[in-house]
Amino acid sequence: MAVITQTPVAEATRGTVPPTRGQGFRPPSSPYDHGLVASLRELWLFREVMEELVKRDLKVRYKRSVLGIFWTMLNPLLMMVITSIVFSNLFRASITNFPIYVLSGYLVWTFFSQSTIAASSSILDSSGLTRKVYVPPALFPIACVVSAVVNLTLTIVPLALLMLVTGGTFSLALLILPVSVLLLAVFSGGLGLILASSAVFFRDAVYTYQVLLVAWMYLTPLFYPETIIPAQWQLVVYLNPVYHLVKLFRAPIYGGVLPDAADFVVATVFSCLVGAFGWWFFEATRRRFVAYL
Amino acid sequence: MWRISEMNAAVDPIIELHAIGVRYRLPRGGVRSIKEYLLQAVRGQLRFDDFWALDDVSLAVGPGERLGVIGRNGAGKSTLLQVIAGVLTPTTGAARVHGRVAPLLQLGAGFDPELSGRENVFLNGTLLGMRRAQIKARFDAIVDFAELEAFIDAPLRTYSTGMAARLGFAVAAECQPDVLLLDEVLSVGDEAFQEKCVKRLREFTDCGTTMVIVTHSAEFVLEECTRAVWIHDKRVAHDGEPQMVVDAYHRFLHGVGEPAAAAVSAVSGAA
Repeated sequence: MAVITQTPVAEATRGTVPPTRGQGFRPPSSPYDHGLVASLRELWLFREVMEELVKRDLKVRYKRSVLGIFWTMLNPLLMMVITSIVFSNLFRASITNFPIYVLSGYLVWTFFSQSTIAASSSILDSSGLTRKVYVPPALFPIACVVSAVVNLTLTIVPLALLMLVTGGTFSLALLILPVSVLLLAVFSGGLGLILASSAVFFRDAVYTYQVLLVAWMYLTPLFYPETIIPAQWQLVVYLNPVYHLVKLFRAPIYGGVLPDAADFVVATVFSCLVGAFGWWFFEATRRRFVAYL
Repeated sequence: MWRISEMNAAVDPIIELHAIGVRYRLPRGGVRSIKEYLLQAVRGQLRFDDFWALDDVSLAVGPGERLGVIGRNGAGKSTLLQVIAGVLTPTTGAARVHGRVAPLLQLGAGFDPELSGRENVFLNGTLLGMRRAQIKARFDAIVDFAELEAFIDAPLRTYSTGMAARLGFAVAAECQPDVLLLDEVLSVGDEAFQEKCVKRLREFTDCGTTMVIVTHSAEFVLEECTRAVWIHDKRVAHDGEPQMVVDAYHRFLHGVGEPAAAAVSAVSGAA
């Protein structure tokens, strides 16, 4: 009996490895493992690195500004005020409570554009690190999306404030929003992974995307009512995934109702396809990153 | 085959490289736009320039060894470190490292200038594989070792190069990796701190940590390393006692003697 109970202790203290080693550390991961499960497990092992990257992103963004993190909340409010002044006369007849209409779309667009732009250069930006220490590269674009989720959560405050002031409706439909955020995050993450990988091989991808994003924004009914979309453009708008994602937010926030089932299905299909393709594309190319960085 | 001291001969190697080759393949003419790339791919005009950074390198390093890697610029020393760190997957051959590898990060890698010293310790520590709870537990020891108590909450951009290097070493010193990789990083910091680092490195290896250091300092290799490898033109030219390898390297540098072909075949053949 005594021998058996002592064996593990003897094992642990024998040899050259000090007994403390290994405790409190991330277990070693093998960079040579392939496959979805291995990659996901690896990301999970590195979750604290991800947390630190997100924290860094949030801290650094407004580091030397007086208002700091309040800018995250102030920014959408001010944007909303400006766009309201600019556009409300134009669309006064067709949109009631224009500020909420704009803000509900603007939140989605800010999330989408900020996270994908940040993700597109995230691998290049971290090259100083990834050439030295092994970190699963997917961590960097995904951290951009996680930061965007945190920022979006913070904008709940100005949004609720504005809804109170303008007399918006707080309905139970708002409870669907976490699902909307998830779909938006999966879509942005998938696209972010594609962009981040492409940018390693073609630096142009970062700049090309930023230009395309402007056109994309105008193809999304953020500031204008859907009714003014000309007939020949309606199909394009309908094929725009962000349009459906916006509606997943706008229906509960602006309309006080659950989103249309059609929007929900289309957004889910787009998100899953882009998310899965993005992951596959990134995994297929990531082993060649170091040669190009 | 492994030129490991008697002490380690019985222990399994912690780093195993079997005939590894690393090939960089870049599109000829530096294609950098998607349109150009696709056009050339469709026309079948896509040509690649192959460049081998390492070729048929075999190496086995045991626990507690202090391996100095020497060689001329561009010989492949840093690529070797990248393969050991797991950053580069070798094109041919097999690489295995049994345990946690921590590279000693230089200023700029893993440090954010806008974050405070404290925040950077956490960022850097998690990157090197420490859990946050453990960084918290060892935080005071890290700051103490770096001698930066007064500045730990100041942004890193206000640090001098030496101060940042000290912080980087202090984090790596507390993370107890199985393999510690150094790429000419000890050249920063004042002499007193360098001595402190060297002392710490000895403590590491006494506990079984393997150290691989790329350096141009023959003095360091002779004084601190238990073994040396001379990488010449993508291959291992010499592997063995530091004195012997450094002598051979110096003879070559001064124009007497070639990288011994016999040594190359001896090392790679034994794998």
